[in-house]
Amino acid sequence: MEIPRIIGAGLVVIGAGIGIGRIGGSAMDAIARQPEATGKIQTAMLIAAALIEGIGFAAIFAS
Amino acid sequence: MVFSNKTFKFIIAAFLVCLSFTGFANPTQDTIQTPTQTTAATAHDAHGEEAASHETHGEPTDLKSKIEAYKMHHVLDAHDFTLFSDEAEGKHYGFPLPIILWDNGLQIFSSSKFNHGESVAESNGNYYRIGHDEKIYKVDGPTGELTGDHHHPTNVKPLDLSITKSVLVMFVVAFIMVWVFTGLAKSYAKNGGISAGFGRLFEPIVLYIRDEIAIPNIGEKHYKKYMSYLLTVFFFVWFLNIFGLTPLGINVTGNIAVTAGLAIITALITNFTANKTYWGHIFWMPGVPTPMKIILAPIELLGVIIKPFSLMIRLYANIFAGHVVLMSLIALIFLFKSWIGGSLSFLLSFALSTIEILVALLQAYIFTMLSALYFGSANEEHHHDEAHH
Repeated sequence: MEIPRIIGAGLVVIGAGIGIGRIGGSAMDAIARQPEATGKIQTAMLIAAALIEGIGFAAIFAS
Repeated sequence: MVFSNKTFKFIIAAFLVCLSFTGFANPTQDTIQTPTQTTAATAHDAHGEEAASHETHGEPTDLKSKIEAYKMHHVLDAHDFTLFSDEAEGKHYGFPLPIILWDNGLQIFSSSKFNHGESVAESNGNYYRIGHDEKIYKVDGPTGELTGDHHHPTNVKPLDLSITKSVLVMFVVAFIMVWVFTGLAKSYAKNGGISAGFGRLFEPIVLYIRDEIAIPNIGEKHYKKYMSYLLTVFFFVWFLNIFGLTPLGINVTGNIAVTAGLAIITALITNFTANKTYWGHIFWMPGVPTPMKIILAPIELLGVIIKPFSLMIRLYANIFAGHVVLMSLIALIFLFKSWIGGSLSFLLSFALSTIEILVALLQAYIFTMLSALYFGSANEEHHHDEAHH
């Protein structure tokens, strides 16, 4: 029972990593297009990243 | 983030200067004597050894379990404040803290009676002992031992209301906050609307929280009644995170009980100040077909619990993970036992500490931000009629 749980947690963390990477990349693109909106984009990016991060941590602690 | 050439050169120079010290930090004659071949020979004897180590109150012998024990000791709360200890002489430098137990009446005594977990403390005819998980257990007599598993004793646990290390640090931070911010508030009255003194340092941050966190997320109309909580939680979490990075060995926000307390307060404020529209969106979501309303209600209701739960886990896990990784990097010195380990450990832990300063601020910001977001959702006005045009 232990091994599937660890693999599952690892998959969730990989998913969360891809998700946060995509958020960061998209925020970079957006800032490059509209440098004057940097503050707003960063705020939205941090919120989205924090929400996904929560899922990743929950998976680690559930495993 | 500005990473100017000058600072970068300074960091490189500082590292090179310290490299020689880290090289000297690892003499070839290491003070920690460790048997290198351990498990293979004693594997069949593991059970007996466990009992033996339990008998002598289990000081771990081989290096890996020693590092593990050190890490656990660092991240767990403690009943005394040990700044550093001399392992060769078995001396601990620090100060004891009061123990307050509720066990057939109030039992108050000093934690120096435990002698760092080595002896049994007596109070009004009751005997107590600290387990390896830093919790207090009741034992039968002056020579009583903990029963059951090494890490999970089966003894009776009295209700522990002690002033532990975390509680002490929270008191200190609360005192600092009251001192700094009442000073800031008074200076406005004294200087005619211009801040003065040490609290002035935090004025831009207070304004940032009001203008960038509270007003955009909660709205002009309702933000004022939440400002006190948002400011308190931001500075409380930030100061505790920063205190955790000092060499005093404090880990308060990396303690799930503390973050759970903060998250529960946020949840209570959210649900008790929520308006009709908020509860309407939870139990009977407007604008969707009736079968969907029935499906959505339990999901939304779960969300009420999941929101503070994720707040709790996020802060706890970030700080806890940061501390564990930092301790592991420091442990590289003892694993390598050469100048490579020392300089590698210094470089990595220096870099990680720099990131942790950012994380300390970021996590306080995220906690405040998400709290403001939840408060905002609890106060959202009914605006479905104007959404159509």
